[in-house]
Amino acid sequence: MKSKLNLDPKVIDSARSCASRIAHSMQEFIDVHTTVSTERTVVRLLGVDGVDDVETPLPNIVIDQILEAGGLPRGAAYWMGNAMIQTGLCPQEIAEKMSAGELKITELPAAGIEEAKEKIMPYVKDSLDKIKAQTAKREEYLDTIGEGRTPYLYVIVATGNIYEDVVQAKAAVRQGADIVAVIRTTAQSLLDYVPYGPTTEGFGGTYATQENFRIMRKALDEVGEEVGKYIRLCNYSSGMCMAEIAAMGALERLDVMLNDALYGILFRDINMQRTLIDQYFSRVIIGYCGTMFNSGEDNYLTTDDAYEAAHTVLASQLINEQFAVLANIPEEQMGLGHAFEMDPDIENGFLYELAQAVMAREIFPKAPLKYMPPTKFMTGNIFKGHIQDALFNMVAVWSGQSLQLLGMPTEAIHTPHMHDRYLSIENASYIFNNARDIGNEVEFKENGIMQQRAQKVLKEADELLHEIEKDGLFTTLEKGKFGGVKRPRDGGKGLQGVCLKDEKYFNPFIAIMLGGEK
Amino acid sequence: MTDKTAVAQVDLKKVKPYGDTMNDGMTETAFTLPVPFGEEGSEAAKILAKKMGLDEPNVVYSKDQGGGYTFFIVYGKCRHTVDYTEIKVTKVEVEIMDRLECAKFIKEKIKRDVVIVGASTGTDAHTVGIDAIMNMKGFHGHFGLERFEGIEAYNYGSQVPNEVLIEKAKEVNADAIIISQTVTQKDIHITNLTNMVELLEAEGMRDKVILCCGGPRISHELAQELGYDAGFGSHTYAEHVASFILNEIVEKGRA
Repeated sequence: MKSKLNLDPKVIDSARSCASRIAHSMQEFIDVHTTVSTERTVVRLLGVDGVDDVETPLPNIVIDQILEAGGLPRGAAYWMGNAMIQTGLCPQEIAEKMSAGELKITELPAAGIEEAKEKIMPYVKDSLDKIKAQTAKREEYLDTIGEGRTPYLYVIVATGNIYEDVVQAKAAVRQGADIVAVIRTTAQSLLDYVPYGPTTEGFGGTYATQENFRIMRKALDEVGEEVGKYIRLCNYSSGMCMAEIAAMGALERLDVMLNDALYGILFRDINMQRTLIDQYFSRVIIGYCGTMFNSGEDNYLTTDDAYEAAHTVLASQLINEQFAVLANIPEEQMGLGHAFEMDPDIENGFLYELAQAVMAREIFPKAPLKYMPPTKFMTGNIFKGHIQDALFNMVAVWSGQSLQLLGMPTEAIHTPHMHDRYLSIENASYIFNNARDIGNEVEFKENGIMQQRAQKVLKEADELLHEIEKDGLFTTLEKGKFGGVKRPRDGGKGLQGVCLKDEKYFNPFIAIMLGGEK
Repeated sequence: MTDKTAVAQVDLKKVKPYGDTMNDGMTETAFTLPVPFGEEGSEAAKILAKKMGLDEPNVVYSKDQGGGYTFFIVYGKCRHTVDYTEIKVTKVEVEIMDRLECAKFIKEKIKRDVVIVGASTGTDAHTVGIDAIMNMKGFHGHFGLERFEGIEAYNYGSQVPNEVLIEKAKEVNADAIIISQTVTQKDIHITNLTNMVELLEAEGMRDKVILCCGGPRISHELAQELGYDAGFGSHTYAEHVASFILNEIVEKGRA
């Protein structure tokens, strides 16, 4: 397809291959390290679940004991396999014994690596079978009741109570929503464990727990059958427990997961080493289970200027794409996030927004791009806000975005009320329908404002990527090149949970998941 | 042509909403009721609007929200009035100086750099408020405190525990601590803001620093009730916060 923005394919290639080198160089670091949360994910996938009497999740109890004994570099899979050989128990029973203080998993006689691997394989297979069954269920739904048209209408629920969320979510679906995201309670991203069970108390959102996933999944399947389309469920595989939540999401058939280490580093001050390692395993899981991930570049603009820093978003998207490639995620699952919300007072701001949205579409032609609505410049004037959202909806349909997170007129006032969501869905549905093929009909003026804007952003992104390649990603983050936020390599939360793998380390899931259907 | 007075004058002792005629009381409201869509639902909305004080309520639009919920848009004539002459509002009483005036004020009256630390504290993950006030870039064409000559501004971002912000304030010997709160669900901001005051008092620091809070749901009155020197709501820019802090420093003899 001819570029409407007259983007130079050579510059795109240059930027993309540079991003690939950056990601590969980071991957060398990732490959030799593991973390407590990556290992807890292994344990969860082996079937360990539940909490002790003070609500500490069993996966944390297992990994903390291994960590304290200095056994983390060997990896939880080995210790679990070995314990199974030595005790004849299954992983869940082993975890329960550890929790009861009756078993020191690292003090048992040590079997060989191959034996341990062989011993856990049935549990690995069992877990992967469960995930594959969920993926098949999604395929079956898509084949039978189908799905909404793109841009999918993506709405959030955030009541704090999963049962109230269900009421809101079902209402939203009946109003036309295609994707429901359950916003997490504030600060969950900083918890170094995943809470357990159904929850009814949260601030600005609801805890992500496996049980809550299950409750919402069931509700969305029911209402999806009622309205005759598959409803996608979204949650957050981000923060300190990226990979654990990815695993839970895979088991409970989440369809979309927010997943972006750079976001965690910049906006949650999570240690960069920790989260980049965790991101890798989480993306391997996401790639394997057919879930779409969403990256969080749109958020850079809450701390940086949308007009001046637009190229940082593109640079980050290209890096995120290459990290996804390394985790074997197909392009069709790469829901790169963007939107460059500029001050609405900028003259021709709409043209710049449109130019950049079309640019993202052209550079990532197959990716299910996620377009963000305005938030930073929403004021409490719900009437103007509704129009700001309308302009973004116009850009989304025009530039062929895949997911439209619906802006709410009441953004900056409260988490959405039932009718806020209805008004937003109505707004988007009207515009998407009324301007459906505008993107195919309209071309842009040769060398006009829009072409020049997109070319400039692309060129600057390419230059930034080359700088990053020279400095390395860690140093770049330390210098504050993204979002204008500086983060030290050894700062932030979670570094103490990072360690070098020893030569006998193994994670049985990664190899199989990367190998695809087995 | 008629010789009647064209426009009725407002009676400030009895103020009512204005649509297109003085004292018409015209008011619009929108809400959802947990009742099915239909005539009974619209009647329910009308009755409710009357109870809200709207005479001649008119349900101009209703829409089925599914699952037994209906959305209504209602117009009516408000029967209540307000005595505007009796109103008193506590506001931050300070003459606003722009960035350059602030710099001049510091040079002339304080004669040293002023140190301000800030964060979005507690579990609040939103940086948009604190960034708008503190970051170089500022917001909407109003530069942030980092850009002010004579002010050393330290923005510690979001989700900073109050204890940590206090430690930072000690480290840099701050004149003022400013806190942003965006999430207000279940009054979590009140709990957190109160906690900050208690911690400062326990540390014996409350009288040594100027303490301000800000956010879209924060008023000066609320802030003062909670033990803050000032509270800033929407439409606050760095110069407002700076003007207040600089004046306080001089007034409290800490120059």
